[in-house]
Amino acid sequence: MNQPMLEDSPYLPKWAEITRIEQLTESEKLFELRLVSGEPLGHTPGQFVELSVMGIGEAPISVSSAPAENGVFELAIRKIGNLTTAIHGSVTGDRVGIRGPFGTHFPVEEAKGKDLLFVAGGIGLIPLRSFIRFVLDHRDDYGEVIVLFGAKNPSERIFLYELEQWGNREDIVYLDSVDKSGPGWQGNVGVITTLFSKIHVDPSRTFCIVVGPPVMYRFVILEAKAKGIPDRQIFLSLERKMKCGIGKCGHCQINHLYVCQDGPVFRYTDIFDLEEAL
Amino acid sequence: MELQLIEKSDHDLFVQNLINNYQVEGVKPKDGSFIYGSIKAPEELCLDFDCTLISPKKYFLPPKEALLQFALTPDSEITPLIENDPFILFGVHPYDIKAINQMDRIFARGVPDPHYLQRREAALVIGVDPTAVAPRSFWADMGASTVSEGFDLMFTDMGEHFIVEIGTNRGRNLLEEHAKLKPATTDDARERVRIRSRISHICKKRGFAFPKRDIPKLLEHSWNNFLWEEQASKCLSCGTCNIVCPTCYCFDVEDHVDLDLAHGERIRRWDGCLLQDFAAVATGENFRETRASRYRHRFFRKGHYLFEILDDLACVGCGRCASGCLPDIADPVNLFNKLKEG
Ligand SMILES: Cc1cc2nc3c(=O)[nH]c(=O)nc-3n(C[C@H](O)[C@H](O)[C@H](O)COP(=O)(O)OP(=O)(O)OC[C@H]3O[C@@H](n4cnc5c(N)ncnc54)[C@H](O)[C@@H]3O)c2cc1C
Ligand code: SF4
Ligand code: SF4
Ligand code: FES
Repeated sequence: MNQPMLEDSPYLPKWAEITRIEQLTESEKLFELRLVSGEPLGHTPGQFVELSVMGIGEAPISVSSAPAENGVFELAIRKIGNLTTAIHGSVTGDRVGIRGPFGTHFPVEEAKGKDLLFVAGGIGLIPLRSFIRFVLDHRDDYGEVIVLFGAKNPSERIFLYELEQWGNREDIVYLDSVDKSGPGWQGNVGVITTLFSKIHVDPSRTFCIVVGPPVMYRFVILEAKAKGIPDRQIFLSLERKMKCGIGKCGHCQINHLYVCQDGPVFRYTDIFDLEEAL
Repeated sequence: MELQLIEKSDHDLFVQNLINNYQVEGVKPKDGSFIYGSIKAPEELCLDFDCTLISPKKYFLPPKEALLQFALTPDSEITPLIENDPFILFGVHPYDIKAINQMDRIFARGVPDPHYLQRREAALVIGVDPTAVAPRSFWADMGASTVSEGFDLMFTDMGEHFIVEIGTNRGRNLLEEHAKLKPATTDDARERVRIRSRISHICKKRGFAFPKRDIPKLLEHSWNNFLWEEQASKCLSCGTCNIVCPTCYCFDVEDHVDLDLAHGERIRRWDGCLLQDFAAVATGENFRETRASRYRHRFFRKGHYLFEILDDLACVGCGRCASGCLPDIADPVNLFNKLKEG
């Protein structure tokens, strides 16, 4: 057995400083962070970090930004429990712990030169935004781009400013919908799958990337298949309970797979026959 | 293989020498059962037992341990806590050594876990062959009657004396420094084989009605078997089968803050996949909601999922889960034999 040094503890977070906070909705905030050491996070879109507030705990959070030259990265966090409530109470300049990045990433390379169909449900847009922004940063490397976004109701729509920008762009198709309309909403009403009838794809060259709540996947995959998109070009990001991020604690298992290492991004063909996956 | 011999009359001296020089942990009788604990005098150490209540995994993966220490000030340092104080673990049966060998692989593979590995490295493991078989044990059928690695020394009770097999140089040094030794003859070696096969034979009374290597395949066809539901309908979701198992290692991580509100620790503690909230997340979603799904998961982990990593079943046949389960549904022998019947 080799003798790891003390600082090799895989549970030791690095300090990061909050450089900007933006309120996205009533329950979601965006945090821009920078590692205190000055090094870049080094993530690829789709990966996540373990975020710590010392004394409160740790939680897996997707990196929502594309890799940036200035070394900052963004996390968008829904306030729902202990850790997420604590982080919502922090202010610019506060320090938090970061481990990672962990896990698999979206097919950033594989999809180059191909078309992309992004399908985001609710806060599934948080991880997907990382890839969408990457594609927009390298627009010439990819073919046609379609973004479909569905939220329960208008007040749960996040990244409003960006959604508007995407909607105004000529070089991508952006469509959205809400399950239930609300004050001021003039757009589409209906579950996200209703948007599929409004789009055209060239299935053999399209990569479909889906992130949303557990109930959404089965229906969206049916639509993607109906469009003729091959199973191996469908990718999903799955969420499970996590306590370590390094394949040890056992919490994130889907059958024999560990979502923290074998995922969170999976190719549909790798999981379609796993009983615990979808 | 190198064998030495220690007269029983010299054994206490050996143990006393160890106690004088090391922290010694070993098996002690308690309320009609056996447990691992600190050995302060040779007469406390028991090498004649069938099975301990809790497995020796607690020495490498404690029920609760601090991983990190920190102060609750903005720029404070976070210190990993990695224990590596040497100690002797005296009296581990081969099946429990087999379990330790499996855990070593788990914690070393992928991202190595120094909190486990350094404790493991610091331990001198002295194995002992069983002199009795617990009613629910089936380690013989699991191929765990003997092990070829994972121990520094291995004792076998021969009546008048112990035969000691030397497993490592560390073990040899310990023995040569602290024990009065006699050379073991080929007759002694032959007698040891006989004694081992006699006890193993007793244990063989329990076991699978089919070759155990078929278990992963059997499980592949059993996802929707009615037995999961039927058996789990009696499950109390108490997690005892996880806690007592030497090959269960799932854990939870949480922060504890001292009463002074100035310092804290990030700790990990044993968790169990049979507990209701094991796979539940903050949104209220529980990815293994039903008792049957959790109950099935444990057997799939032992018999299928971990097989891919260990090339072996993640069960060593100690039988602790079977004796610890109140409704008596946790026993792998019963369950897998029933599954096989169809
Ligand atoms: C790969 C991945 C990426 C994620 N990305 C985001 C994101 O970008 N933004 C966001 O708002 N949320 C994200 N989540 C969900 C987020 O991790 C949970 O909301 C968070 O763990 C809740 O922690 P808490 O302490 O506030 O809640 P509590 O209920 O107090 O949770 C206690 C602990 O349970 C575990 N836990 C609880 N819920 C989850 C969960 N859903 N997933 C994993 N572990 C959980 C965590 O270890 C957590 O610290 C992600 C989850 C995963 C698995
Ligand atoms: S020990 Fe028995 S009752 Fe308790 S969780 Fe395990 S199977 Fe269920
Ligand atoms: S599953 Fe039961 S018999 Fe097998 S190693 Fe664990 S406690 Fe022992
Ligand atoms: S989060 Fe611990 S094993 Fe995946």
